[in-house]
Amino acid sequence: MEAGKTFEPKIVAFCCHYCAYAAADLAGSLRLQYPTNIRIVKIPCSGRLDALHVLDAFEDGADGVMVAGCLEGDCHFQTGNLHAKRRVHWLQGLLKEIGFDGERLQMCNMSSAMGGEFVGATTEMTERIKELGPSPLRKEEG
Amino acid sequence: MIVGEQKPLDEIKNMVAGHKKVLIVGCGTCVTVCFAGGEKEVGILASALRMKSKLDNEEITIHEATVQRQCEWEYLDAIGEEIEAHDLVLSLACGIGAQAIAERFPNARVVPGLNTSFLGLPEEQGVWAERCAACGNCILDKTAGICPIARCAKSLLNGPCGGSQGGRCEIDPQVECAWQLVYDRLQARGELELLEEIIPPRDWSTNRDGGPRRIIREDLQFEE
Repeated sequence: MEAGKTFEPKIVAFCCHYCAYAAADLAGSLRLQYPTNIRIVKIPCSGRLDALHVLDAFEDGADGVMVAGCLEGDCHFQTGNLHAKRRVHWLQGLLKEIGFDGERLQMCNMSSAMGGEFVGATTEMTERIKELGPSPLRKEEG
Repeated sequence: MIVGEQKPLDEIKNMVAGHKKVLIVGCGTCVTVCFAGGEKEVGILASALRMKSKLDNEEITIHEATVQRQCEWEYLDAIGEEIEAHDLVLSLACGIGAQAIAERFPNARVVPGLNTSFLGLPEEQGVWAERCAACGNCILDKTAGICPIARCAKSLLNGPCGGSQGGRCEIDPQVECAWQLVYDRLQARGELELLEEIIPPRDWSTNRDGGPRRIIREDLQFEE
């Protein structure tokens, strides 16, 4: 990274169709701004999250990955968000084994009516990743 | 099924160290259904090794292949060229699969990515438990379908022993006493008298004690 140039992280957000994705949509309708660092990938349920989705994102240079699912107890498929929670926890352990900061992967929960919370969660994630700095796996900008 | 568990990443990394071109080979049978060495686990391990190598500033090329059954020549022959073209083959199959590659392709350097744990079943999602010791002389007819060879810590033929406490084994309170299970099931069936039959000391030569085992079925063999 060139000196003096501020670090703008690339964060991939895997968002559940039934909550976080709709919350992001709501944030837009409410004219609330969330950081441009966030790249949203819609998934049908946070339980659809595959370990390889996360690893591929990091391998391809993402500085952070966030997984956003429904509030616990409110999953459209009953327990998908709880599966995602366990998977994220397991992945954080694997990332640690790899020698990569597991903090770069985070999960949050919200409902589709929580547009403001979506802005809050993505802003907090962006700040956290900015503090951690660029991913050591980040590809050089061409 | 054969149940396995992936080795720690550091141990795998040490085996892979110094090799530039690595082929990770998964197996589509037992280790796929116990989530230890199927196509998905191959992908995850390949990704993890690539990331770790990059963090360690090491250059490595990792390719992936998964065959339906790593313990049969026919399936291995299909990826023979790939195996020969790599410095190292990291097998995510059970010990049989890893040995099959080494036997079929003597020039290939094969290392195991899994520890082959036992023959068992999934008791519930995410929990596997041993059920068979492959002793070569099944006595399930005498023990209400519960194997004391595999499930009793002492492999007692006439149990339980004094270490059975409240239906649990003295080695670990999580382990059920196999002979208590036998007793309970026979009692429920009203067949407790079966336990009066003493099972005599058995011939363990069918077990590993008789050396490596082999089965020959002439009816299935092809004529020379």
